[in-house]
Amino acid sequence: MSSAVAVAAVLWIGVTMYAVFGGADFGAGLWSLLAGGGERGRRPRELIDWAIGPVWEANHVWLIFAIVVLWTGFSSAFEAVFSTLFIPLSLAALGIVLRGSGFAFQHTARRAWGRVVAVALFGLASVLTPFFMGTVVGAVAAGRVPVGNATGDPVTSWLNPLSLTIGALFVATSAYLAAVFLVSDARRADAPDLERYFANRALVSAVVAGALAAVGLVALRSDARYVFDRLTSDAVPLIVLSGACGIAVLIMLRRGGRRGARLLAVGAVTAVIWGWGVAQYPYLLPEKLTIDDAAAPSEVLTAVLIVFLIAVVVVLPSLGLLFVLAQRNLVEETSRPTSHPPGEGGGSAGALGSVG
Amino acid sequence: MLTAASDLTAARSQMGFTLGFHIILASLGVALPALMLIANYRGLRHDDMDALTLAQRWSKAVAVTFAVGAVTGTVLSFEFGLLWPAFTGRFGQVFGVLFAIEGIFFFLEAIFIAIYIFGWKYLKPWTHFWTGVPVVITGLGGAFSVVAVNSWMNQPQGFSPTTGKVTSVDPVKVIFNPAVPYEVPHMILAAYLVTGFLVASIYAVGMLRGRRDRVHRLGLLIPLTVACIATPIQFVVGDSAARAIAKNQPIKFAAMECVQKTSTDVTEYIYGRCTPSGVKGGIAIPGLDSILVGWSTSTQVTGLDSVPPDDRPPANTMLHWAFDTMVGICTLLIGLALWLGIGWWRKKDFPQTRWFLRATAVSGVAALVALEAGWIVTEVGRQPWIVYNIMRTSDAVTQASGIWITFATVLALYVVLGAALILTLLAMSRRWRGADGEGDGGPYSPDEGPPPGLTAEAPG
Repeated sequence: MSSAVAVAAVLWIGVTMYAVFGGADFGAGLWSLLAGGGERGRRPRELIDWAIGPVWEANHVWLIFAIVVLWTGFSSAFEAVFSTLFIPLSLAALGIVLRGSGFAFQHTARRAWGRVVAVALFGLASVLTPFFMGTVVGAVAAGRVPVGNATGDPVTSWLNPLSLTIGALFVATSAYLAAVFLVSDARRADAPDLERYFANRALVSAVVAGALAAVGLVALRSDARYVFDRLTSDAVPLIVLSGACGIAVLIMLRRGGRRGARLLAVGAVTAVIWGWGVAQYPYLLPEKLTIDDAAAPSEVLTAVLIVFLIAVVVVLPSLGLLFVLAQRNLVEETSRPTSHPPGEGGGSAGALGSVG
Repeated sequence: MLTAASDLTAARSQMGFTLGFHIILASLGVALPALMLIANYRGLRHDDMDALTLAQRWSKAVAVTFAVGAVTGTVLSFEFGLLWPAFTGRFGQVFGVLFAIEGIFFFLEAIFIAIYIFGWKYLKPWTHFWTGVPVVITGLGGAFSVVAVNSWMNQPQGFSPTTGKVTSVDPVKVIFNPAVPYEVPHMILAAYLVTGFLVASIYAVGMLRGRRDRVHRLGLLIPLTVACIATPIQFVVGDSAARAIAKNQPIKFAAMECVQKTSTDVTEYIYGRCTPSGVKGGIAIPGLDSILVGWSTSTQVTGLDSVPPDDRPPANTMLHWAFDTMVGICTLLIGLALWLGIGWWRKKDFPQTRWFLRATAVSGVAALVALEAGWIVTEVGRQPWIVYNIMRTSDAVTQASGIWITFATVLALYVVLGAALILTLLAMSRRWRGADGEGDGGPYSPDEGPPPGLTAEAPG
């Protein structure tokens, strides 16, 4: 494997992580919005708030990671995508700003109307970002992004049936992932009614996502022949794997056995993303720009790979530590006394408040 | 292909505005954790409950500002492509590794902020303290990486050829470019200085309103001490930076000082209006500019006339004023530092006069103004180049249209975001004063209360 292909694989890892964790986050926003107002929506929303917890930033760092690897490893591809697809990427960025602001202020928005605004923004963001990211993927797959500074059509490149279908598919997939994750969270929270609630939503979104995927294949066939042909030849094992994982999740949810459903759902999404990668290979921008032609000088590729390895060695253990602490917070309801200052307000200091 | 000048203006305005916004949050993200740890250390070492209270409050402020800073930082990463695709398309491979490194620091900082916040509840006190140390270190590392990119844009090296497609890169030469030794310390000190004066000013306002409890005194003293130590060092670093710029980027320096013609015995003007025939108004000090550059009136200073008008920075008067404002504020803040130092030397306490508190109360905003002024100096002073003497900003801008729309949107969003941040911090501080103990968790904090299942009413 050449170092250019290795860096492309690193990029794909970033894309996958963002699709899975960022996707689940946005999906949760959609369910939060759809849960409805007042008392009816309160408990599902509480579960969502509780489950997302402190890992939001980690979810979205993957996006920055993917962007930086793209512009460092394949600068000309980055230029082409971000200039031709100025409109959908600006709208996706808008969603990210709204979501991030919602996260920053969620705990502090105490008044009722503040909460309503936060939920609405979070919900809006969860549609905007995955949808427009999906249109970007559709534009790239169909070869509508030529090399250069805004040389493609600024509108029709992403405003077409294929892009819109993939955009919708991204929203449905995010919702599906979030619902499957929330089923497990509901079980951990010992809330069987919410477990059923999200299992039903996982089933519905799985069916919708499946239907959109089928429509997407038809659109790919007429619009993105290169990717379609590879998807139905070289990438077939991955597509079959994805379908198998998806069906297994459905069966598990119907039968009430939840163990492993999360992992299988992640597997289904991951297999599709890597299937897409295989279908595009050796192109970054199908039939316009290959991985090798876009690749940075070898010194840069080596540096990116070294930085990636350091990240794996340093970041993963730290992330593990955080998850351990976060899980402890989720299982412990009562606080232990501490030697920390008494009488200080709650939140992170919730335990301290009860001491003082 | 030529871009309409208006699109370039919109792109520069949007980039300038979003960066000018982010630089404040980034400074807080770099330096506020250090203040928090100093208070934490003092609290544990001297069994000082007031210091621990401050550490805890500051940790929540860190969480909120960091979360907002992550958003504005993500916007910037998009803008590298949305606004400057030709720049990133050609040089992303050159400076990109620095951002990859920055990514690691940012990720670790986010993780350890969350761990530290959780740690108040779940870790032993000293273990908890040590989980805060990586936050400070990663803040410094992140600042190094990002500012090194800006340094590289001012002093580009480590790639070839200099025209057309880049075919070879030396990452080490890129990372340790000649502007790093002065730009990086200058920015990191600025972060500590701004954060220190800003936090101190908040407590000074509280004391002026009659809240003279020990928490307020400590909340003023810790950040003010840090800032007052950083300020004189900053003056020296900034002075050497200016001299390095006079040597490495003479046109930038000429624009900062409004030097029109290359000559010796150049007059230093404090403020005044820059015109092609010289500075109008302002305070003139004959020969001083030459002395500042080379310790002697016979030092030759390069003037703007040495390059064609197209190669000179725009908005010369604004640039000159920004430079003088930055230096002037730093000088005044050194005065404040001396005031504190003398008070401490004579009475082992900070001066207990209202005038000292008033000066401290103003210092926060003053330091912010200096930060923005300094940023204007380095960014506008580099124009018309995005990569100094290699690539023009006008060649880097996107050919996409509609940037005025995104700029207007960003402007509106950020005004709301900034207002929400300030209101949130004010609400947190009110709750602390009220000490009603109700949750003010902020991002990253563990959720209060039992999981929802346990509070469930009968479903349906």
